[in-house]
Amino acid sequence: MKHTIAALVENRFGVLARIAGLFSARGFNIDSLTVGETEDPTISRMTIVVEGDDRVLEQVMKQLNKLVDVIKVSDISSQKFVDRELVLIKVNAPRSRRSEIMEIAEVFRAKIVDISPNTLTIEATGNEDKIKAIIGMLKPFGIKELARTGRVAMLREFRGEV
Amino acid sequence: MTGAEIFVECLKREGVKEFFGYPGGAVIPLFDELYKHWEEFRFILVRHEQAAAHAADGYARATGKVGVCIATSGPGATNLTTGIATAYMDSVPIVAFTGQVRTAMIGSDAFQEADVTGITRPITKHNYLVKDVEDLARIIKEAFYIARTGRPGPVLVDVPVDIGLAETEFDYPEKVELRGYKPNYKGHPLQIKKVAKAIEESERPLLYVGGGVVISGAHEEVRQLAEKANIPVTTTLMALGTFPPDHPLYLGMPGMHGTRYANMAFIECDLIIAVGARFDDRVTGKIDAFAPHAKIAHIDIDPAAISKNVEVHIPVVGDAKLILRELLPLVKPRPRNSWNDQIDEWKRKWPLTYRNSDSVVKPQYVVEQIYEATKDRETIIATEVGQNQMWTAQYYKFHRPRTLLTSGGLGTMGYGFPASIGAQAGRPDALVIDIAGDGSIQMNIQELATVVQHGLPIKIAILNNGYLGMVRQWQELFWGRRYSAVDIAVQPDFVKLAEAYGIKGMRIEHPSEVRDAIEEALKEPGPVLMDFRIEREENVFPMVPAGKALHEMIGGLA
Ligand SMILES: Cc1ncc(C[n+]2csc(CCOP(=O)(O)OP(=O)(O)O)c2C)c(N)n1
Ligand SMILES: [Mg+2]
Repeated sequence: MKHTIAALVENRFGVLARIAGLFSARGFNIDSLTVGETEDPTISRMTIVVEGDDRVLEQVMKQLNKLVDVIKVSDISSQKFVDRELVLIKVNAPRSRRSEIMEIAEVFRAKIVDISPNTLTIEATGNEDKIKAIIGMLKPFGIKELARTGRVAMLREFRGEV
Repeated sequence: MTGAEIFVECLKREGVKEFFGYPGGAVIPLFDELYKHWEEFRFILVRHEQAAAHAADGYARATGKVGVCIATSGPGATNLTTGIATAYMDSVPIVAFTGQVRTAMIGSDAFQEADVTGITRPITKHNYLVKDVEDLARIIKEAFYIARTGRPGPVLVDVPVDIGLAETEFDYPEKVELRGYKPNYKGHPLQIKKVAKAIEESERPLLYVGGGVVISGAHEEVRQLAEKANIPVTTTLMALGTFPPDHPLYLGMPGMHGTRYANMAFIECDLIIAVGARFDDRVTGKIDAFAPHAKIAHIDIDPAAISKNVEVHIPVVGDAKLILRELLPLVKPRPRNSWNDQIDEWKRKWPLTYRNSDSVVKPQYVVEQIYEATKDRETIIATEVGQNQMWTAQYYKFHRPRTLLTSGGLGTMGYGFPASIGAQAGRPDALVIDIAGDGSIQMNIQELATVVQHGLPIKIAILNNGYLGMVRQWQELFWGRRYSAVDIAVQPDFVKLAEAYGIKGMRIEHPSEVRDAIEEALKEPGPVLMDFRIEREENVFPMVPAGKALHEMIGGLA
């Protein structure tokens, strides 16, 4: 099962290496890892997506918690959360097929951020399903380059029933 | 103050007196400052940095205080790593200082540069690279605090050479504020109640005591609990000395070379109360067959130790001593006669024994005789790794915690002798003996010079079988007697070697000489090396073969 882990950590050099090291030491492959400053510049937030057996994951979470530089860790996948990823896709776009591609972009509310005689570069954000879908739709045109940020995620504030 | 002055001042404030190390270019500023305060410390100059780390470790285990070592950058620091990893695996509080190249040169492959914080990241509880002299005092304060609190462990502080020379105002923080590090000592009352209830309901409980009890100082509480509720007790290698060895409720050590009755108790019990123990594979044997009928309560300060290897039903996170104190009044006395009768029967059926000989020296006999000769004195025993370690664990009776120094988790050959140096420095009053193998002792034999230079009257007893004995035993039993690369009969004349270093050397070749030789060695005021020529192919029994269940022990039936 895929888990999304949110960690608040000290914004110091070496912290990323500690965390990545923990995962690799336990044989965990990280699907994606994002890190950035929070509202408090001394704290960074990491969002780590991993796939793994629940028991092993529990062990990794406990080990993460033990790190002196880790302030808080939670596996947010068990709760309601919003997650987003940004992707840049450079796709083959001869003049004849451009409008087709732009239509697809529009459906996904994606932006054209660069253009050349033979390519379009599209920026899309969304959750994993949406990113997968737009990549799938653009594949037949020939994707020349793809860059993904990895997932960022946050718990939803409203947890009540509607 | 300069960084070097801050370093020395911080050591004083932390109450450091004895410490261990080896100099080099990157730490000359620190050593220069130390020179001005030479009389205020007892600095022990080892002959290899690995020994400095082991000595700091032995000091910490023997005294309960934080051990300190120091080495230069690059090779000095990498030489420390085996000692740091050894301390990490056994939760020993040490602070290691290493020199580093100038801050401006870091990352340039400068002379004697190594990424020491990178190398030691997975084998330290925490580590620091000091990048600004302003941070030095705070970092040292934190390092000692982190090393000794919670589940203790090694902390490394990497100090670039220019930091020692830079100046700043000295400000030693009163308190440590770490928002990511808040060890939890007090156990949850509800969980403690559940343990009490489980004990009350249990017909066949077993106390499984580990090194955490030594660290927490909870041995008295363990004994009270055992006696109040008539619960038999097994103590791991790391916990030998926490329970009176002649106590009727005592089962000795469990696991691969434990007693058959301790292992049978695991198989048959209906409740395990684990205290500061971590269900290591050397204890559990084949994990699927471990304690098939037991509910498991686990008291440990480290949440990550819980449900790591076995599923735990009642976790209690916190300090063993505090938790047991809360638990004791909730536990009701219960005789449990049939369970204890059963155990007594196992004890009678499968005692821990060996066949002695009147022609060749048996290692078990040597260990027994060392015990007999030292039992009335404050004695600290260190071991190396291999058969010597297991025979010591089986046949020396440890009456007090912190009297056995042994590398349990990492199993580091070469640990015992330098650990003895640390223990002797920390406990000048105690008799310190390293029970060694002929292979292991040669891994840090250079430290003979250290004990001579610093007047440390350590006694070394080599159980000399001319083999890497434990490996040979596995080859004999499980690898068709193919003795591949284990014959080390080509070795120095240890007696002459001792004499070359200026200490007394003795060779013992016949059982009738054993006791007298030990007595003679103990009378000697200085260090002594005893070379016991033992039966070459003696094995450690009983034994749970690797991958087998605890009740599938072999050997050891006299
Ligand atoms: C540093 C290190 N290298 C290798 C080993 C593997 N090993 C475990 S026991 C052993 C043999 C030890 O020989 P010796 O010190 O003579 O002890 P004996 O078993 O003969 O008592 C070896 C090589 C180890 N534990 N540590
Ligand atoms: Mg040997």
